[in-house]
Amino acid sequence: MAKLLEVEDLQTQFFTSAGVVKAVDGITYDVEEGETVAVVGESGCGKSVSALSILRLIPDPPGRVVGGHIKFMGQDLATLSDEDMRTVRGRQIAMVFQEPMTSLNPVLTIGLQITETLQQHLNLNKEEANARAVELLGKVGISDPDRRLKQYPHHLSGGMRQRVMIALALSCNPKLIIADEPTTALDVTIQAQILELMKDLTRELDVALIVITHNLGVVARYADRVNVMYAGRIIESGTAEDVYHYPRHPYTLALLRSVPRMDQPRKAKLDPVQGQPPDLTKLDKGCAFRPRCNFAIDKCTSNGPVLETIEKGHTVACWQHEKLLNALETA
Amino acid sequence: MFQYIFKRLLLMIPTLIGAAILIFFVLRLIPGDVCELRLAGSGLYADPEQIKLCRDNLGLNDPILVQFWDFIFGFLTFDMGESMWTGRAITYEIGLRFQLSLQVAVMATLVAIFIAIPLGTISAVKQNTWIDYFVRAFSIAGIAMPSFWLGIIIILGLLISTQAMFGEPWMPPIQYVSPFEDLWANLSQLIWPAVATGYRYSAVATRMTRSALLEVLREDYIRTARAKGLVEKLIINRHALKNSLLPVVTVIGIEFAFLMGGLVVTEQVFNLNGLGKLFVESVLNQDFTLTQALVMVVVTVFVFTNFLVDICYAWLDPRIRYA
Ligand SMILES: Nc1ncnc2c1ncn2[C@@H]1O[C@H](COP(=O)(O)OP(=O)(O)OP(=O)(O)O)[C@@H](O)[C@H]1O
Ligand SMILES: [Mg+2]
Repeated sequence: MAKLLEVEDLQTQFFTSAGVVKAVDGITYDVEEGETVAVVGESGCGKSVSALSILRLIPDPPGRVVGGHIKFMGQDLATLSDEDMRTVRGRQIAMVFQEPMTSLNPVLTIGLQITETLQQHLNLNKEEANARAVELLGKVGISDPDRRLKQYPHHLSGGMRQRVMIALALSCNPKLIIADEPTTALDVTIQAQILELMKDLTRELDVALIVITHNLGVVARYADRVNVMYAGRIIESGTAEDVYHYPRHPYTLALLRSVPRMDQPRKAKLDPVQGQPPDLTKLDKGCAFRPRCNFAIDKCTSNGPVLETIEKGHTVACWQHEKLLNALETA
Repeated sequence: MFQYIFKRLLLMIPTLIGAAILIFFVLRLIPGDVCELRLAGSGLYADPEQIKLCRDNLGLNDPILVQFWDFIFGFLTFDMGESMWTGRAITYEIGLRFQLSLQVAVMATLVAIFIAIPLGTISAVKQNTWIDYFVRAFSIAGIAMPSFWLGIIIILGLLISTQAMFGEPWMPPIQYVSPFEDLWANLSQLIWPAVATGYRYSAVATRMTRSALLEVLREDYIRTARAKGLVEKLIINRHALKNSLLPVVTVIGIEFAFLMGGLVVTEQVFNLNGLGKLFVESVLNQDFTLTQALVMVVVTVFVFTNFLVDICYAWLDPRIRYA
């Protein structure tokens, strides 16, 4: 398969009065055409920032992409003019945000918010755009789409609004959709529906998907590949199968133990990740996870581990990954 | 929506009644008497008999509740009687001046809007650039400069520049003509005071537009609009401005209502016979009927402006419209 998106050593920082926040600190990953990639990690580890960096939507000031390359279909996005970047946003790469309640404009109709995108990118006239909007709303499972188009966001529930956001994202047949915690703000029952919907539609339309979440359990069912992030870096990456069943980083393991699993006895104790995520303004050259790690050794303080490939397609940044394997096997 | 409008209309009634009660009794607490002023104002001796006769004629010796009822009844039937000072019909005294003040207020408000919204928008979009600093300085200057002073500068400027250009100085006309009679003469008289006061009143609205827009530009839905690849013009005009206009409309509404009754000094400078001057005179003369009528006119304008502001809210924000 062809590479659709290549993120290479991406670094994004925020220059605040409290210091320089290294929100994304050198991450590298690829997304292939039609593939679903999950980005997983605790709150504040830089998932949203890495996604917004791809679309060049980091608010500047205070933030800036300070290093690395993002190539989309071979084209370095940093070199595009603002004008050309606009033809990528929404048209080639679309985004679904975390907060359905605030991500739609409260004073504009649903219809206008969908059709304006169509008119901007596809040069449709009003009727064509309207017809397409109706079709899209139908596709994401909204009943009575004609009526919905004339309504305002406050008429819709959170789940419905997220469906509208998905319809919006799909509207111009993008190659890639970035969904930033699309279900975090929703009820559990609705979460599953929305995820199913996204999975079905992206498969059907052959759209690649980057889905950001902090729930590893969810991811295993929907993603082809998983990138686990910690403190602005990817610390483990592999197929969903590998990461879910054979985690090789203590943090991934801790994350897995903190969510209920289908393949474990019901009674298995949940174990939240202990300790606090580090202050991103005060990172040293050692491993950022070591204060919370049960496997830490002296080397972790003096030298940060780098990502190394331990099997085909499975990389991990941990000096102790073999110890972890042994520990898992004996457990 | 109709229910909303209806509710707002109903809410105007208690406000008007409250204002009527307040002004009626407060006026009568002020020491002094219109008859004494009329008869002895020039320092002559006034016969107490005559004063009593005058008070009887004006109804000032009636029981206070009777007077109050006369006032309310008159107001409800649009017959506000005669001025206690001049003896002429109140509708006559107020009529033309109301038209003039209303026109100046509307024009000044339009000037303020046409200054405030574009400048506030540019200032927010170009935050912390020299354009932003310039706009902020411009609007601070508007607050710092009294509008009568700006008025004097404008008149002087007109005199000097016309003198230089055409060889003879030109002054705006002094006599008020209705815009329906001679629009050109009307505008050439009123545009100057409208600009002088409009500039001043634009200042607050400009800053309000700027800060409201800056806030809205940080909202999630603006990020969504950007992520959709919309052009910046559409993002500002369609997505951001409409959301940031609510506080601006409020400020403009309040300012408009103030302009209707409060332009005393500017009226002096431009030699306008507006409500402001009449107001001051009527209070000095203890002319109860005229003062009451003027207060009620201004309060009605205030309340009605508020009503219009509420309608604007509903128009701008569907959450209010459908509530
Ligand atoms: N505008 C900003 N100014 C300063 N710091 C910021 C800004 N936006 C993000 N950050 C910092 O960047 C870091 C990463 O934030 P990010 O939003 O990417 O986290 P996240 O992984 O998406 O978390 P969540 O699961 O809560 O959405 C955080 O530590 C945050 O404090
Ligand atoms: Mg986030």
